[in-house]
Amino acid sequence: MTWWPGNYWWHWLFFTVVLIGFVLVMVLMVIYVERRALGRMQSRLGPNRTGPFGLFQPVADAVKILLKENIVPDKADKLVHWLAPVIAFAPVVLIFAVIPFQNGALLADLNIGILFIIAVSSVTTIGVFMAGWGSSNKYSLLGAMRNVAAVVSYEMPLALSVVATVLVAGTMSLNGIVAQQTIPNILLQPLGFLIFFAAGCAEINRSPFDLMEADQELVAGFHTEYSGMKFAMFYLVEYAEAVAIAAIITTLFLSGWKGPGLPPWLWFIIKIFVVFFLMVWTRATFPRVRIDQLMAFAWKFLFPLALINLFITAGQVLIWPDGLPWYVIFINFAIAGVLILFGSKLFKLGWGRSEV
Amino acid sequence: MKFERFGLGLLKGMTVTLTNFFRHPTVDQFPEQRLNISRRTRGNELIWSRERCTGCGTCAKTCPQGAIEITTSTNTVENKYEVERYQVDTGYCIQCGLCVEACPYDALFMGYAFERAQYRRGDLVQSDDALLESPQRPASGYYHPDIAAKLPRQTLLVDRIVEKKE
Repeated sequence: MTWWPGNYWWHWLFFTVVLIGFVLVMVLMVIYVERRALGRMQSRLGPNRTGPFGLFQPVADAVKILLKENIVPDKADKLVHWLAPVIAFAPVVLIFAVIPFQNGALLADLNIGILFIIAVSSVTTIGVFMAGWGSSNKYSLLGAMRNVAAVVSYEMPLALSVVATVLVAGTMSLNGIVAQQTIPNILLQPLGFLIFFAAGCAEINRSPFDLMEADQELVAGFHTEYSGMKFAMFYLVEYAEAVAIAAIITTLFLSGWKGPGLPPWLWFIIKIFVVFFLMVWTRATFPRVRIDQLMAFAWKFLFPLALINLFITAGQVLIWPDGLPWYVIFINFAIAGVLILFGSKLFKLGWGRSEV
Repeated sequence: MKFERFGLGLLKGMTVTLTNFFRHPTVDQFPEQRLNISRRTRGNELIWSRERCTGCGTCAKTCPQGAIEITTSTNTVENKYEVERYQVDTGYCIQCGLCVEACPYDALFMGYAFERAQYRRGDLVQSDDALLESPQRPASGYYHPDIAAKLPRQTLLVDRIVEKKE
């Protein structure tokens, strides 16, 4: 084929199509899993009318939402209001460009993969803030402001816990991080995993930290004024972000595509679902936090712990430069327990005057 | 030192949701699976017996809403009232059951059914033959223990929750 530019472009086309399809299909599956699991945890059945076991419920929801009228408020900033869902969605798909599905099977094996993810994932916040600002609605704006505050605060512990895993792996390429993990990082970095999980949940507005879209206070937060296709985009972003965080946790802490027996990409998807189940589980269990609790949790609890964790990991890497030995697992679990105990002991709100 | 404040409380909460996850759900799937309602329920309709009614109008006088309308004429031959029209606006009915208690001839019963939603307010007005007892309109055991004894006992849980019954 003389007209085709070369192997590189085949690679690009194949992975682009696969990734977009992967994100959309995963979002549908994940919505189903969330609604069913949440139902069972609340002693209900969850959706069960459409198709066997309600399997087509997300499809029915999507069709319904796409057929709805697209309402734009009179006083809205039309261009910003229209652009916001697109700007929120694009970075989420970009995250998947550097996540390996099996050894070397990824769109771009950047040697700074994790840095790319941290840089790109924050762009979603701009879309969210544009939505809040553009709809000229006080609830939208409040929700967007809370979202920005949360993302700016939680980016710190998130990045610091990532740096610890990068120190252990000695590389920033996600494929390299997976290839290096003979012992899954969740065992070597238990505290890092917990911090990343909590900060990740806060960053994508999942339930214990979903006060940016707190229904009781803010109608629906930044997407109050959205309907139809544009609302569908925000819904998609919400779950695509959840899948993205689950995929990043899988790659960084659960040794990605590695696993016995099954093909690597299947292991990867199974692990994504396990992490997502953990998110659903925490959502079903914990009540929503207040804004001061949210901020205090990031700055007074997660941030110092992530910093200490980083220093301890750096020390360990200095002592054992050729990779951490297996008995470090016990040391790190002990350290994690002690640090969580001390962190909780010292955790106070409003100089100790208000209830934690 | 109470460990609930140090993360143990979170774990306890998570075990609760996990036990619920593996337990059988407890909600019944309504249209397919039904619980038996109380035998003495005051359903949202009235059952009227044409044979027993003497047209005395006690029910209409007792009704706090004035929902019962009864029109009678005098039968001079047999020296009694003839009920020409018995009409209940169930849209006004508050299901207090006072008419059933007041009826001196046991001619009124509360209904046992409850699915009586209508699209128009006018459809809520029932009169004469529409008020008689029929298999679709069983009488409740309210104020009538003999009827209550024949109705199925109330159930609080369905034996087995199923996904969907075709």
